[in-house]
Amino acid sequence: MTEILDERGLSCPQPVLDTLKALPSVQGGKLSVLVDTEAARENVARAAESKGWQLASVEEKDGEYTLHLVKNA
Amino acid sequence: MKNYFSTRWGIIAVGALIGLLAALLQKMGNPPNMGICVACFERDIAGALGLHRAEVVQYMRPEIMGFVLGSLVAALLARDFRPRTGSAPVIRFALGFFAMIGALIFLGCPWRALLRLAGGDWNAIFGLLGLAGGVFIGTLFLRGGYNLGPAKKAPKFVGFAMPLIMAGLLVLAFMNPPMAGEGKSGVLFYSLKGPGAMYAPLLIALAIGLLVGGLAQRSRFCTMGALRDLILFKQMHLFSGLIALVAVAFLANLAFGQFNPGFEGQPVAHSMGIWNFMGMVLAGLAFVLAGGCPGRQLFLSGEGDGDAAIFVVGMIVGAAFAHNFAMASSPAGIGANGITGLVIGLVVCLGIGFFGMRKQA
Repeated sequence: MTEILDERGLSCPQPVLDTLKALPSVQGGKLSVLVDTEAARENVARAAESKGWQLASVEEKDGEYTLHLVKNA
Repeated sequence: MKNYFSTRWGIIAVGALIGLLAALLQKMGNPPNMGICVACFERDIAGALGLHRAEVVQYMRPEIMGFVLGSLVAALLARDFRPRTGSAPVIRFALGFFAMIGALIFLGCPWRALLRLAGGDWNAIFGLLGLAGGVFIGTLFLRGGYNLGPAKKAPKFVGFAMPLIMAGLLVLAFMNPPMAGEGKSGVLFYSLKGPGAMYAPLLIALAIGLLVGGLAQRSRFCTMGALRDLILFKQMHLFSGLIALVAVAFLANLAFGQFNPGFEGQPVAHSMGIWNFMGMVLAGLAFVLAGGCPGRQLFLSGEGDGDAAIFVVGMIVGAAFAHNFAMASSPAGIGANGITGLVIGLVVCLGIGFFGMRKQA
Protein backbone atom coordinates (compact mmCIF):
# COMPACT_ATOMS: atom_id res chain seq x y z
CA MET A 1 0.00 0.00 0.00
CA THR A 2 1.25 3.49 -0.84
CA GLU A 3 1.76 5.76 2.13
CA ILE A 4 0.55 9.35 1.82
CA LEU A 5 2.17 12.44 3.29
CA ASP A 6 0.05 15.59 3.30
CA GLU A 7 2.27 18.67 3.16
CA ARG A 8 -0.26 21.11 1.73
CA GLY A 9 -0.04 24.62 3.15
CA LEU A 10 3.36 24.11 4.72
CA SER A 11 6.11 26.47 3.70
CA CYS A 12 9.70 25.81 2.75
CA PRO A 13 11.58 23.71 3.92
CA GLN A 14 8.93 21.77 5.86
CA PRO A 15 7.73 19.52 3.01
CA VAL A 16 11.32 18.51 2.25
CA LEU A 17 12.13 17.88 5.91
CA ASP A 18 9.03 15.79 6.46
CA THR A 19 9.58 13.81 3.27
CA LEU A 20 13.20 13.03 4.14
CA LYS A 21 12.09 12.04 7.62
CA ALA A 22 9.40 9.72 6.24
CA LEU A 23 11.43 7.99 3.52
CA PRO A 24 13.43 5.55 5.69
CA SER A 25 10.32 4.14 7.34
CA VAL A 26 8.17 3.78 4.21
CA GLN A 27 6.97 0.21 3.72
CA GLY A 28 6.82 -1.16 0.17
CA GLY A 29 9.01 1.51 -1.39
CA LYS A 30 6.16 3.80 -2.43
CA LEU A 31 5.29 7.22 -1.02
CA SER A 32 2.87 9.85 -2.26
CA VAL A 33 3.44 13.42 -1.15
CA LEU A 34 0.75 16.07 -1.45
CA VAL A 35 2.02 19.65 -1.89
CA ASP A 36 0.42 22.87 -3.11
CA THR A 37 3.24 24.99 -4.46
CA GLU A 38 5.46 24.47 -7.45
CA ALA A 39 8.52 25.19 -5.34
CA ALA A 40 7.60 22.41 -2.93
CA ARG A 41 7.03 20.07 -5.86
CA GLU A 42 10.52 20.78 -7.19
CA ASN A 43 12.24 20.68 -3.79
CA VAL A 44 10.61 17.46 -2.59
CA ALA A 45 11.42 15.68 -5.86
CA ARG A 46 15.04 16.86 -5.76
CA ALA A 47 15.48 15.83 -2.13
CA ALA A 48 13.93 12.39 -2.67
CA GLU A 49 16.12 11.77 -5.71
CA SER A 50 19.20 12.62 -3.67
CA LYS A 51 18.21 9.79 -1.28
CA GLY A 52 17.90 7.12 -3.94
CA TRP A 53 14.23 7.57 -4.73
CA GLN A 54 12.64 8.37 -8.06
CA LEU A 55 9.76 10.64 -9.02
CA ALA A 56 7.56 8.17 -10.88
CA SER A 57 4.76 10.60 -11.75
CA VAL A 58 3.04 13.81 -10.74
CA GLU A 59 -0.67 14.44 -10.70
CA GLU A 60 -1.98 17.99 -10.69
CA LYS A 61 -5.47 18.96 -9.64
CA ASP A 62 -6.74 22.42 -8.69
CA GLY A 63 -3.22 23.74 -8.16
CA GLU A 64 -2.23 20.87 -5.90
CA TYR A 65 0.30 18.20 -6.73
CA THR A 66 0.54 14.55 -5.78
CA LEU A 67 4.10 13.34 -6.16
CA HIS A 68 4.41 9.59 -6.53
CA LEU A 69 7.84 8.54 -5.27
CA VAL A 70 9.26 5.05 -5.64
CA LYS A 71 12.44 3.66 -4.17
CA ASN A 72 15.12 2.79 -6.72
CA ALA A 73 15.68 -0.94 -6.99
CA MET B 1 6.29 22.11 -18.16
CA LYS B 2 9.88 21.86 -16.94
CA ASN B 3 11.16 24.89 -15.07
CA TYR B 4 14.69 25.28 -16.44
CA PHE B 5 15.48 28.13 -14.06
CA SER B 6 15.19 25.78 -11.11
CA THR B 7 17.76 23.36 -12.50
CA ARG B 8 21.38 23.38 -11.33
CA TRP B 9 22.55 25.43 -14.32
CA GLY B 10 19.45 27.60 -14.12
CA ILE B 11 20.16 28.71 -10.57
CA ILE B 12 23.84 29.27 -11.41
CA ALA B 13 22.87 31.46 -14.38
CA VAL B 14 20.40 33.45 -12.27
CA GLY B 15 22.98 33.94 -9.48
CA ALA B 16 25.58 35.08 -12.01
CA LEU B 17 23.16 37.51 -13.64
CA ILE B 18 22.12 38.98 -10.27
CA GLY B 19 25.81 39.49 -9.41
CA LEU B 20 26.40 41.28 -12.72
CA LEU B 21 23.27 43.43 -12.45
CA ALA B 22 24.09 44.39 -8.86
CA ALA B 23 27.56 45.58 -9.87
CA LEU B 24 26.01 47.41 -12.81
CA LEU B 25 23.45 49.16 -10.59
CA GLN B 26 26.31 50.31 -8.40
CA LYS B 27 28.18 51.57 -11.46
CA MET B 28 25.08 53.49 -12.51
CA GLY B 29 24.62 55.29 -9.22
CA ASN B 30 23.56 53.00 -6.37
CA PRO B 31 25.72 53.27 -3.21
CA PRO B 32 29.03 51.39 -3.12
CA ASN B 33 28.73 47.67 -2.36
CA MET B 34 24.95 48.21 -2.37
CA GLY B 35 23.93 47.46 -5.92
CA ILE B 36 21.15 45.39 -4.40
CA CYS B 37 20.30 45.28 -0.70
CA VAL B 38 16.78 44.34 0.27
CA ALA B 39 17.13 45.47 3.89
CA CYS B 40 18.80 48.78 3.00
CA PHE B 41 16.33 49.51 0.23
CA GLU B 42 13.30 48.75 2.41
CA ARG B 43 14.88 51.00 5.07
CA ASP B 44 15.24 53.75 2.44
CA ILE B 45 11.58 53.32 1.47
CA ALA B 46 10.56 53.64 5.14
CA GLY B 47 12.56 56.89 5.16
CA ALA B 48 11.03 58.15 1.94
CA LEU B 49 7.59 57.64 3.46
CA GLY B 50 8.64 59.55 6.59
CA LEU B 51 8.38 56.54 8.89
CA HIS B 52 11.84 57.51 10.12
CA ARG B 53 13.71 60.77 9.66
CA ALA B 54 17.28 59.59 9.25
CA GLU B 55 18.11 62.12 6.55
CA VAL B 56 20.81 60.10 4.82
CA VAL B 57 18.67 57.03 4.08
CA GLN B 58 15.48 58.26 2.41
CA TYR B 59 14.73 57.19 -1.14
CA MET B 60 11.88 55.32 -2.82
CA ARG B 61 13.94 52.43 -4.20
CA PRO B 62 12.25 51.11 -7.37
CA GLU B 63 14.20 47.85 -7.25
CA ILE B 64 11.98 46.62 -4.39
CA MET B 65 8.78 47.33 -6.33
CA GLY B 66 10.38 45.65 -9.33
CA PHE B 67 11.19 42.52 -7.34
CA VAL B 68 7.57 42.06 -6.26
CA LEU B 69 5.99 43.01 -9.58
CA GLY B 70 8.51 40.95 -11.58
CA SER B 71 7.78 37.97 -9.39
CA LEU B 72 4.04 38.51 -9.88
CA VAL B 73 4.37 38.57 -13.67
CA ALA B 74 6.57 35.45 -13.68
CA ALA B 75 4.19 33.62 -11.36
CA LEU B 76 1.16 34.55 -13.46
CA LEU B 77 2.87 33.48 -16.69
CA ALA B 78 3.96 30.17 -15.19
CA ARG B 79 0.60 29.58 -13.49
CA ASP B 80 2.44 29.67 -10.18
CA PHE B 81 0.37 32.48 -8.65
CA ARG B 82 -1.14 30.80 -5.59
CA PRO B 83 -2.79 33.19 -3.10
CA ARG B 84 -2.43 31.77 0.41
CA THR B 85 -2.14 33.08 3.94
CA GLY B 86 -2.90 32.33 7.57
CA SER B 87 0.30 30.72 8.81
CA ALA B 88 1.04 32.61 12.04
CA PRO B 89 0.92 36.15 10.61
CA VAL B 90 1.81 37.95 13.85
CA ILE B 91 4.86 35.73 14.32
CA ARG B 92 5.94 36.47 10.76
CA PHE B 93 5.58 40.20 11.40
CA ALA B 94 7.79 39.90 14.49
CA LEU B 95 10.37 37.85 12.57
CA GLY B 96 10.47 40.46 9.81
CA PHE B 97 10.80 43.22 12.41
CA PHE B 98 13.75 41.63 14.22
CA ALA B 99 15.37 40.40 11.00
CA MET B 100 15.58 44.05 10.03
CA ILE B 101 17.01 45.09 13.42
CA GLY B 102 19.75 42.47 12.97
CA ALA B 103 20.39 43.41 9.35
CA LEU B 104 20.72 47.10 10.21
CA ILE B 105 23.21 46.34 12.98
CA PHE B 106 25.36 44.66 10.32
CA LEU B 107 24.24 47.23 7.69
CA GLY B 108 22.90 44.92 5.04
CA CYS B 109 20.89 41.84 4.15
CA PRO B 110 22.50 38.55 3.02
CA TRP B 111 22.54 39.84 -0.57
CA ARG B 112 24.51 42.90 0.50
CA ALA B 113 26.80 40.79 2.66
CA LEU B 114 27.75 38.86 -0.48
CA LEU B 115 28.11 42.05 -2.51
CA ARG B 116 30.23 43.65 0.21
CA LEU B 117 32.48 40.60 0.10
CA ALA B 118 32.66 40.82 -3.70
CA GLY B 119 33.60 44.49 -3.36
CA GLY B 120 36.47 43.75 -0.97
CA ASP B 121 34.80 44.71 2.32
CA TRP B 122 36.27 42.06 4.59
CA ASN B 123 33.91 43.07 7.42
CA ALA B 124 31.33 41.12 5.45
CA ILE B 125 33.13 37.92 6.45
CA PHE B 126 31.97 38.46 10.05
CA GLY B 127 28.46 39.14 8.81
CA LEU B 128 28.39 35.99 6.69
CA LEU B 129 29.78 33.89 9.53
CA GLY B 130 27.07 35.36 11.75
CA LEU B 131 24.45 34.57 9.11
CA ALA B 132 25.65 30.97 8.95
CA GLY B 133 25.55 30.83 12.77
CA GLY B 134 21.98 32.14 12.88
CA VAL B 135 20.94 29.74 10.13
CA PHE B 136 22.56 26.87 12.03
CA ILE B 137 20.62 27.72 15.20
CA GLY B 138 17.46 27.91 13.11
CA THR B 139 18.10 24.46 11.63
CA LEU B 140 18.26 23.03 15.16
CA PHE B 141 14.70 24.26 15.68
CA LEU B 142 13.67 22.84 12.30
CA ARG B 143 15.16 19.48 13.24
CA GLY B 144 13.26 19.73 16.52
CA GLY B 145 9.96 19.97 14.66
CA TYR B 146 9.57 23.76 14.39
CA ASN B 147 6.98 24.99 11.95
CA LEU B 148 4.49 27.83 11.88
CA GLY B 149 1.57 25.73 10.76
CA PRO B 150 -0.05 25.48 7.36
CA ALA B 151 -1.28 28.39 5.28
CA LYS B 152 -4.63 28.16 3.58
CA LYS B 153 -5.70 29.02 0.09
CA ALA B 154 -6.92 32.61 -0.09
CA PRO B 155 -9.05 34.60 -2.50
CA LYS B 156 -7.14 36.10 -5.44
CA PHE B 157 -7.33 39.66 -4.15
CA VAL B 158 -5.36 38.61 -1.04
CA GLY B 159 -2.53 37.46 -3.27
CA PHE B 160 -2.61 40.72 -5.18
CA ALA B 161 -2.35 42.85 -2.00
CA MET B 162 1.43 43.25 -1.85
CA PRO B 163 1.88 43.74 -5.62
CA LEU B 164 -0.84 46.42 -5.45
CA ILE B 165 0.88 48.15 -2.53
CA MET B 166 4.16 48.08 -4.48
CA ALA B 167 2.43 49.44 -7.58
CA GLY B 168 1.02 52.23 -5.41
CA LEU B 169 4.50 53.06 -4.09
CA LEU B 170 5.77 53.13 -7.65
CA VAL B 171 3.04 55.60 -8.64
CA LEU B 172 4.07 57.74 -5.63
CA ALA B 173 7.69 57.64 -6.80
CA PHE B 174 6.76 58.73 -10.32
CA MET B 175 4.42 61.47 -9.05
CA ASN B 176 6.95 62.83 -6.55
CA PRO B 177 10.39 62.53 -8.16
CA PRO B 178 13.47 63.86 -6.37
CA MET B 179 14.22 67.53 -7.03
CA ALA B 180 17.73 68.97 -6.94
CA GLY B 181 18.51 70.50 -3.55
CA GLU B 182 15.09 69.64 -2.07
CA GLY B 183 14.68 67.21 0.84
CA LYS B 184 11.01 66.72 0.09
CA SER B 185 9.00 66.21 -3.05
CA GLY B 186 5.26 66.09 -2.50
CA VAL B 187 4.66 63.49 0.17
CA LEU B 188 8.06 61.81 -0.13
CA PHE B 189 11.31 62.54 1.70
CA TYR B 190 14.60 62.45 -0.18
CA SER B 191 18.17 62.36 1.08
CA LEU B 192 20.43 65.17 -0.07
CA LYS B 193 23.58 63.34 1.02
CA GLY B 194 24.64 59.86 2.11
CA PRO B 195 23.59 56.54 0.59
CA GLY B 196 19.98 57.68 0.20
CA ALA B 197 21.13 60.34 -2.25
CA MET B 198 22.86 57.76 -4.44
CA TYR B 199 20.71 55.91 -6.92
CA ALA B 200 20.66 54.49 -10.43
CA PRO B 201 18.19 56.07 -12.90
CA LEU B 202 14.64 55.16 -11.88
CA LEU B 203 13.60 53.34 -15.05
CA ILE B 204 16.81 51.31 -15.24
CA ALA B 205 16.56 50.35 -11.56
CA LEU B 206 12.93 49.37 -12.06
CA ALA B 207 13.71 47.31 -15.16
CA ILE B 208 16.50 45.45 -13.38
CA GLY B 209 14.24 44.93 -10.38
CA LEU B 210 11.54 43.44 -12.62
CA LEU B 211 14.05 41.14 -14.30
CA VAL B 212 15.58 39.96 -11.02
CA GLY B 213 12.12 39.49 -9.52
CA GLY B 214 10.99 37.34 -12.42
CA LEU B 215 14.13 35.22 -12.55
CA ALA B 216 14.34 34.77 -8.79
CA GLN B 217 10.69 33.68 -8.65
CA ARG B 218 11.29 30.99 -11.24
CA SER B 219 14.63 29.83 -9.83
CA ARG B 220 13.58 30.04 -6.12
CA PHE B 221 16.81 31.98 -5.48
CA CYS B 222 17.31 32.39 -1.73
CA THR B 223 20.55 33.37 -0.01
CA MET B 224 19.49 32.10 3.41
CA GLY B 225 17.99 28.95 1.88
CA ALA B 226 21.36 28.23 0.29
CA LEU B 227 23.06 28.06 3.69
CA ARG B 228 20.11 26.28 5.31
CA ASP B 229 19.96 23.53 2.67
CA LEU B 230 23.72 23.08 2.89
CA ILE B 231 23.58 22.67 6.68
CA LEU B 232 20.32 20.75 6.85
CA PHE B 233 20.40 18.51 3.77
CA LYS B 234 24.00 18.85 2.50
CA GLN B 235 22.43 20.14 -0.73
CA MET B 236 24.50 22.46 -2.94
CA HIS B 237 21.66 23.43 -5.30
CA LEU B 238 20.87 26.95 -4.03
CA PHE B 239 24.42 27.43 -2.77
CA SER B 240 25.77 27.08 -6.30
CA GLY B 241 23.70 30.12 -7.30
CA LEU B 242 25.10 32.05 -4.39
CA ILE B 243 28.70 31.22 -5.38
CA ALA B 244 27.95 32.34 -8.92
CA LEU B 245 26.60 35.65 -7.60
CA VAL B 246 29.76 36.39 -5.62
CA ALA B 247 32.12 35.27 -8.39
CA VAL B 248 30.49 37.36 -11.10
CA ALA B 249 29.99 40.40 -8.86
CA PHE B 250 33.69 40.17 -7.93
CA LEU B 251 34.77 40.03 -11.58
CA ALA B 252 32.39 42.85 -12.53
CA ASN B 253 33.68 44.98 -9.64
CA LEU B 254 37.22 44.42 -10.85
CA ALA B 255 36.22 45.39 -14.37
CA PHE B 256 34.37 48.51 -13.18
CA GLY B 257 37.11 49.54 -10.74
CA GLN B 258 34.79 48.97 -7.78
CA PHE B 259 36.96 46.49 -5.86
CA ASN B 260 38.57 48.03 -2.77
CA PRO B 261 39.86 45.40 -0.32
CA GLY B 262 40.20 46.08 3.39
CA PHE B 263 38.47 46.42 6.73
CA GLU B 264 38.68 50.15 7.40
CA GLY B 265 36.92 52.93 5.55
CA GLN B 266 34.55 50.62 3.69
CA PRO B 267 31.42 52.32 2.33
CA VAL B 268 28.25 52.20 4.45
CA ALA B 269 29.90 49.76 6.84
CA HIS B 270 31.56 49.65 10.24
CA SER B 271 34.41 47.47 11.43
CA MET B 272 33.02 46.27 14.78
CA GLY B 273 33.43 42.58 14.02
CA ILE B 274 31.49 41.23 16.98
CA TRP B 275 28.40 43.33 16.18
CA ASN B 276 28.64 42.57 12.48
CA PHE B 277 28.61 38.91 13.49
CA MET B 278 25.86 39.14 16.10
CA GLY B 279 23.59 41.31 13.96
CA MET B 280 23.56 38.66 11.29
CA VAL B 281 23.12 35.85 13.82
CA LEU B 282 19.82 37.52 14.71
CA ALA B 283 18.89 38.15 11.07
CA GLY B 284 19.83 34.61 9.99
CA LEU B 285 17.81 33.04 12.78
CA ALA B 286 14.77 35.16 11.92
CA PHE B 287 15.10 34.29 8.22
CA VAL B 288 15.19 30.53 8.92
CA LEU B 289 12.20 30.71 11.24
CA ALA B 290 10.26 32.64 8.57
CA GLY B 291 11.38 30.35 5.73
CA GLY B 292 13.40 32.68 3.50
CA CYS B 293 15.79 35.60 3.11
CA PRO B 294 14.31 39.09 2.62
CA GLY B 295 14.62 38.81 -1.14
CA ARG B 296 12.82 35.48 -1.17
CA GLN B 297 10.07 36.96 1.03
CA LEU B 298 9.54 39.70 -1.58
CA PHE B 299 9.36 37.15 -4.40
CA LEU B 300 6.96 34.96 -2.40
CA SER B 301 4.75 37.97 -1.70
CA GLY B 302 4.71 38.58 -5.46
CA GLU B 303 3.45 35.05 -6.10
CA GLY B 304 0.57 35.51 -3.68
CA ASP B 305 1.98 34.51 -0.28
CA GLY B 306 0.24 36.79 2.22
CA ASP B 307 2.42 35.57 5.09
CA ALA B 308 5.58 36.59 3.26
CA ALA B 309 3.93 39.97 2.63
CA ILE B 310 3.47 40.40 6.38
CA PHE B 311 7.16 39.57 6.91
CA VAL B 312 8.00 42.36 4.42
CA VAL B 313 5.78 44.83 6.28
CA GLY B 314 7.47 43.74 9.50
CA MET B 315 10.85 44.55 7.96
CA ILE B 316 9.74 48.02 6.87
CA VAL B 317 8.31 48.79 10.32
CA GLY B 318 11.48 47.34 11.86
CA ALA B 319 13.56 49.73 9.76
CA ALA B 320 11.52 52.66 11.04
CA PHE B 321 12.01 51.53 14.65
CA ALA B 322 15.72 50.86 14.07
CA HIS B 323 16.31 54.46 13.06
CA ASN B 324 13.77 56.14 15.35
CA PHE B 325 15.23 54.38 18.39
CA ALA B 326 18.93 54.45 17.48
CA MET B 327 19.24 50.69 16.97
CA ALA B 328 20.68 50.92 13.46
CA SER B 329 24.43 51.10 13.02
CA SER B 330 26.30 53.80 11.12
CA PRO B 331 29.85 53.87 9.73
CA ALA B 332 30.86 55.01 13.24
CA GLY B 333 29.64 51.70 14.71
CA ILE B 334 26.67 50.15 16.43
CA GLY B 335 23.80 52.49 17.39
CA ALA B 336 23.24 53.64 20.99
CA ASN B 337 20.40 51.14 21.46
CA GLY B 338 21.66 48.54 19.02
CA ILE B 339 22.72 46.04 21.66
CA THR B 340 19.36 46.38 23.44
CA GLY B 341 17.54 45.70 20.18
CA LEU B 342 19.81 42.76 19.46
CA VAL B 343 19.25 41.13 22.86
CA ILE B 344 15.48 41.61 22.69
CA GLY B 345 15.46 40.26 19.14
CA LEU B 346 17.43 37.16 20.08
CA VAL B 347 15.17 36.48 23.07
CA VAL B 348 12.03 36.85 20.94
CA CYS B 349 13.34 34.76 18.03
CA LEU B 350 14.70 32.01 20.27
CA GLY B 351 11.33 31.99 22.05
CA ILE B 352 9.50 31.70 18.73
CA GLY B 353 11.80 28.85 17.72
CA PHE B 354 11.36 27.04 21.01
CA PHE B 355 7.58 27.42 21.26
CA GLY B 356 7.17 26.71 17.53
CA MET B 357 8.54 23.20 17.90
CA ARG B 358 5.81 20.60 17.59
CA LYS B 359 5.80 17.04 18.74
CA GLN B 360 6.57 14.64 15.94
CA ALA B 361 3.95 12.08 15.06
